[in-house]
Amino acid sequence: MTTEPVHEELGGPDPALAEAELELAADLDAIAPRRQGRAAGGSRVRVRPILGSIAIVIAILVVWEGGKWLGGDPWRFKSILGFPVAIDYHPPFAWKFFSDLNFPHLWVILEAFVRRDSNGVPVTVLLVEAAFFTFRGALAGFILGASLGLGLAIALVHIRLLERSLVPLLVASQTVPIVAVAPVIVVGLKAGWFGIALVAAYLTFFPVTIAAVRGMRSADQRAFELMRSYAASDREILLHLRLPAAAPYLFTAFKIAATASVVGAIVGELPSGIRDGLAGQLLNAMQYYSIQPGALWAAIVVASLLGIGCFALVVLAERRVLRNYRPTEPGAAT
Amino acid sequence: MTEPAALAPVVELSGVSKTFRSTTVGSTPVQALTGIDLTIRQGEFVSLIGPSGCGKSTLLRIVGDLTPVSGGTILVNGKSAERARRDRDYGMVFQAPVLFDWRSVQGNVELPLEITGRPAGERAARAKAMLDLVELGEFTGHQPWQLSGGMQQRVAIARALALDPALLLMDEPFGALDEMTRERMNLELLRIWERTDTTVIFVTHSIPEAVFLSTRVVVMSARPGRITEIIGIDLPRRRDVETRELERYFELVTRVREALRRGEGNAPVGGQARVRAEGLSA
Repeated sequence: MTTEPVHEELGGPDPALAEAELELAADLDAIAPRRQGRAAGGSRVRVRPILGSIAIVIAILVVWEGGKWLGGDPWRFKSILGFPVAIDYHPPFAWKFFSDLNFPHLWVILEAFVRRDSNGVPVTVLLVEAAFFTFRGALAGFILGASLGLGLAIALVHIRLLERSLVPLLVASQTVPIVAVAPVIVVGLKAGWFGIALVAAYLTFFPVTIAAVRGMRSADQRAFELMRSYAASDREILLHLRLPAAAPYLFTAFKIAATASVVGAIVGELPSGIRDGLAGQLLNAMQYYSIQPGALWAAIVVASLLGIGCFALVVLAERRVLRNYRPTEPGAAT
Repeated sequence: MTEPAALAPVVELSGVSKTFRSTTVGSTPVQALTGIDLTIRQGEFVSLIGPSGCGKSTLLRIVGDLTPVSGGTILVNGKSAERARRDRDYGMVFQAPVLFDWRSVQGNVELPLEITGRPAGERAARAKAMLDLVELGEFTGHQPWQLSGGMQQRVAIARALALDPALLLMDEPFGALDEMTRERMNLELLRIWERTDTTVIFVTHSIPEAVFLSTRVVVMSARPGRITEIIGIDLPRRRDVETRELERYFELVTRVREALRRGEGNAPVGGQARVRAEGLSA
């Protein structure tokens, strides 16, 4: 059958996808309830989300390639990995939706990873370098945004007057599209790399503020009375009660903020003229999309892997920090 | 009265009243407490008992300066309630343990010591000693949520005792526990009280518990919240499981119950009291 070589082509494991599956598993695991202690939370709990993620990824790939097989553009191979073949496949239907421009073949995307640029550098290396550059911006933005968000929340909790006056402005700040704000920050401030971090921070502070305010007020009223009975200062109440009580809420916000910071960093790079990050790779690939659609998809895969990776880092930190907390029920706080 | 007049007063309340002003427009203020006069001396174990809404918890919270008074004067250790709170003169135990999930059992007991700035070594030793006192010495490294409800409440008691307060305020501390656990906790509390010589104010809605634990039972009634009777408990100071079987225990349980009924305005006729008391203690 003409389709067999296709499977052969896809036969080898794709490291990027395997990684994606692992990260996605961590992702799903994070949404699943935390288990008691480290010992009880061992392999049994983790295996199933991983298998589930793999199954979902495979299902998507099957639909993707299956759609092309049924209604995509015809394809033709004269050789695969140097072996001469004669494949000339014409799908039974012609669906525009599954055209090579909308959904390039998976092997075209894989090929985009191994291709070399005009200087002979493999695209994978370029993408990974770009991802690291973007990661730096996202990380700086995350730290900035999370600190700002937490600082704002602490102020809001302690100064009641601020809540009425400041919160509407914070909400308004988030209704402005980030693509409109980014040039103002990045070009207007001429802050270069720092400007990118600022855009990422702009996207990250808000969920942290909202969650932190809620979390710092989440403790039992009697816990506050207990602190009052110790004549504890505001600072001691903050350190010993409000912040620890807010920690599970904070990590929920950090998960949102981690992925948002990657988006923010990329959006920030767009108007900056700095081409070292994933935005540069995306812009570049967009220009050549009609002739090389695989390149854009490769960049998209790397960008989403970066987002998942950042999310996973927060999950790891959460496991560490909240290991002594009461295990939550499915769907709670997380 | 079993109250030994020679000992120093720890809590002195005179003419204390409390009115809750509702924030809802048009609603009338609620008179939670009125004309409370009560002196509690060192080493006493005083229970506040009464129907819900009689202000017994409010009275406790007023002593602890967790709720401001509307009128009257309060002295705790001869000082204002606020001064006493700032001096950490009392330990508080609520109906719920209110332990901090993120701290170990040991860490929870160390919390008040940390806030008062005790050095780490002293903190650890003191917290361990308090946990030994409530017989949880083996559970220092556990997280509170890994313990049963009764154990959690013992941690809360250990925490309340950590600063060695002159006064222990307990707001229905065993209300959420089952009867068996509650009786065991009662015995443990008495043992701790004997060993620490703390003064205890204990809010409860259980008549047998109040009689079994106390040196005096303060009977309150609602609308408005006031003290209707104070009953001295002249049971032997050292109490154990057999105390609950003493004739005098049943008599006192009956007296408290009748006082509660009188407070509600429908005093019972005597005679059947003994039967009721037995029914209750079973």
